[in-house]
Amino acid sequence: MTSNIRYKSRIPVKTEENAEEKQYVGFATLPNQVHRKSVKKGFDFTLMVAGESGMGKSTLVNSLFLTDLYKDRKLLNAEERINQTVEIIKHTVDIEEKGVKLKLTIVDTPGFGDAVNNNECWKPITDYIDQQFEQYFRDESGLNRKNIQDNRVHCCLYFIPPFGHGLRPVDVEFMKALHEKVNIIPLIAKADCLTPNEIKKLKDRIREEIDKFGIKVYQFPECDSDEDEEFKQLDKELKECTPFAVIGSNTVVEARGQRVRGRLYPWGIVEVENQSHCDFVKLRNMLIRSHMHDLKDVTCDVHYENYRAQCIQEMTSKLAQDNRMESPIPILPLSTPDVETEKLIKMKDEELKRMQEMLNKMQQQMHDKDQ
Amino acid sequence: MLVGFVFVCVPQNEEKRNLSLGGHVGFDSLPDQLVSKSVTQGFCFNILCVGETGIGKSTLMNTLFNTMFENEEASHYQNGVYLRPRTYDLQESNVHLKLTIVDTVGFGDQINKEDSYKPIVDYIDTQFENYLQEELKIKRSLFNYHDTRIHICLYFIAPTGHSLKSLDLVTMKKLDSKVNIIPIIAKADTISKSELHKFKIKIMSELVSNGVQIYQFPTDDEAVSEINASMNAHLPFAVVGSVEEVKVGNKTVRARQYPWGVVQVENESHCDFVKLREMLIRVNMEDLREQTHARHYELYRRCKLEEMGFKDTDPDSQPFSLQETYEAKRKEFLGDLQRKEEEMRQMFVNKVKETEAELKEKRERSLHDKFEQLKRMHQEEKRKVEEKRRDLEEEMNAFNRKKVAAETLSLSQPLKKDKDKKNRSVKTENQSAVSASSSKVMMAKANVEPLNCQSWWQAIQCCTCLVHNAAWKPGGLF
Repeated sequence: MTSNIRYKSRIPVKTEENAEEKQYVGFATLPNQVHRKSVKKGFDFTLMVAGESGMGKSTLVNSLFLTDLYKDRKLLNAEERINQTVEIIKHTVDIEEKGVKLKLTIVDTPGFGDAVNNNECWKPITDYIDQQFEQYFRDESGLNRKNIQDNRVHCCLYFIPPFGHGLRPVDVEFMKALHEKVNIIPLIAKADCLTPNEIKKLKDRIREEIDKFGIKVYQFPECDSDEDEEFKQLDKELKECTPFAVIGSNTVVEARGQRVRGRLYPWGIVEVENQSHCDFVKLRNMLIRSHMHDLKDVTCDVHYENYRAQCIQEMTSKLAQDNRMESPIPILPLSTPDVETEKLIKMKDEELKRMQEMLNKMQQQMHDKDQ
Repeated sequence: MLVGFVFVCVPQNEEKRNLSLGGHVGFDSLPDQLVSKSVTQGFCFNILCVGETGIGKSTLMNTLFNTMFENEEASHYQNGVYLRPRTYDLQESNVHLKLTIVDTVGFGDQINKEDSYKPIVDYIDTQFENYLQEELKIKRSLFNYHDTRIHICLYFIAPTGHSLKSLDLVTMKKLDSKVNIIPIIAKADTISKSELHKFKIKIMSELVSNGVQIYQFPTDDEAVSEINASMNAHLPFAVVGSVEEVKVGNKTVRARQYPWGVVQVENESHCDFVKLREMLIRVNMEDLREQTHARHYELYRRCKLEEMGFKDTDPDSQPFSLQETYEAKRKEFLGDLQRKEEEMRQMFVNKVKETEAELKEKRERSLHDKFEQLKRMHQEEKRKVEEKRRDLEEEMNAFNRKKVAAETLSLSQPLKKDKDKKNRSVKTENQSAVSASSSKVMMAKANVEPLNCQSWWQAIQCCTCLVHNAAWKPGGLF
């Protein structure tokens, strides 16, 4: 169920009754107008994928958007990775579906967690996100605001390896460094190495550890109370399924008479889009079909606003710092005009005092000289 | 227990002749005797499992030996890597095996993994060291010694499908000269066949290009050379471990049940578990022990002894005997020891002298202080005594004066005395207590201060200007 379909189905139909005709104003077509305009404008979405190499990030992205973004990729050897630093690589594609255009940007983070010493390996990533915020902030405060390019990262998919017993220290540190800057959606990668029992145990474990460490992952918005039961049920299931255990595939195999994306094993075929095999469908629905816009909204309204407020605070406190002489009490960052004038007066007082002292000194010198 | 043949050094000028036997002697039972001896002694085998937390080390051990070794799940949040050895006694038919499984807890979990290999290398070296110490003992019992040297290191590689991790490469390079390494791909049910083929090739090429020496199954023994050679080509083994039983067809096998199928552990087309078990346990266990002793342990021993300064040959190429070297070292060591003793003794003597001097000084000072104090006290007392004496003298003088005055008065006014005894007693009393110059003052004083006493005796005693001697009575006592 996509939002536009929902809206479409809500438009009241003109009935035969005259009374209704007289009361119909017509602004119920607003959603339609919004729909038209947005189709014309096109959408953009920036998705970041982070996790150790070999977790299946590229494969999953290919499966999600049914394209091949990573055609000529060069993978590093183990030796080269001993001292590898994290890079940020952007891939941008324009895809279209039923007249709706989407400019999709995938931000890749090769090298994360691959070196032997991974101290602060998330720093390039946080720097990148801050950079995008800063650029948007500058553009927003600029004079010509017609064509602002929104490069802010809307969502970050974090791939947790399924081989362990839960979150590892590097996972915890990464998520804690990023949870206030971007929407984090944790995923269990390569879930075809876990039996259903093991998946459940691991999910419970990860959820527990996320609570324990106070990591704020992306929360699905509560559905309105006037939604129908089916939708509410789906929503509840979705929430209980996090973190999603996903499997990705670049290959198409033949299973049960159909050609599906899947992985061929001697003991069976894993279908990527089979709900009983993995949560790929749930992830796709959530990410693309129902919550894409919500992700963008949260990024704009929460993360970006936090960044902006912090930025402004820092700027004003820096200004105050440059101006103040000697004050044992820290000056409030949001200085009101009264405090400003007081500060000026204080400044002037100090200057006067200094001049007085100088004068005294000179007088003393003259006095000594006379003597 | 070391199984091997002792080669007798044959000097080159002696002829070795092959003789044929006329009948059955029976020394072809020598191997059997050896075998039965070793069976009674029991075997021991030590496995080291190196891999990330949760990669399946304990499960694989359980699957390999078809038993449940007790094991708690390790947490990801250890501060460092530490090794956990556990020893078990297993028995199959009549063969006893003392199995030690060493687990690396916390490997690969830290954010900074630069020192992760150190605890492992230290553990292996410690086991070698213990054996060396036992070997060098005077009273040794090697046949009884519980050999804890690691015979095989199973290195668990995560099934990423791309290549080795950087940590894997670094660790294996540090371990390859100390222990036999067999790399295995863990949790191999996540890699499809085609990916697996590429993955194995990539891993082997990386190991070769970085000069990591992994264990090669021996191909010199004809009985097993063929199978070993073919197995060598299958390295690293892609294994799946499971202790759960699943019903497949009409059998119950150890397997993992997925929604899309069942991965059977002992199915050769599903994974290489059977190959690993064959190679590790059924065919080459003894060779692994031999290699550990003959190659890795010897290397360690040589390095260690060279470090300590032992050499096999003199600078003049004369063979050094261990005994001479040992004696020389011992002398040196004893000399050192003696020197140190001297130093310490000297230091001790110096310290004693210092302390004595200190004490002496202290004592002197305290004595001096005491002396000063006593002197002062003495002076104080002397002064007080002087004062008292002066007071006493003054009083005596005063008394004398009074006496004189009273005498003169009594001589000059005899009538007055007879008339008013009481008054006179007071007056004369007062008068007599005063010298001539101050008599008036005293009299005035006496008038001003009324006397509260009821008797002459009391009056004498209570008046401050009276003399102590009560026997004196100018006017007469009652």
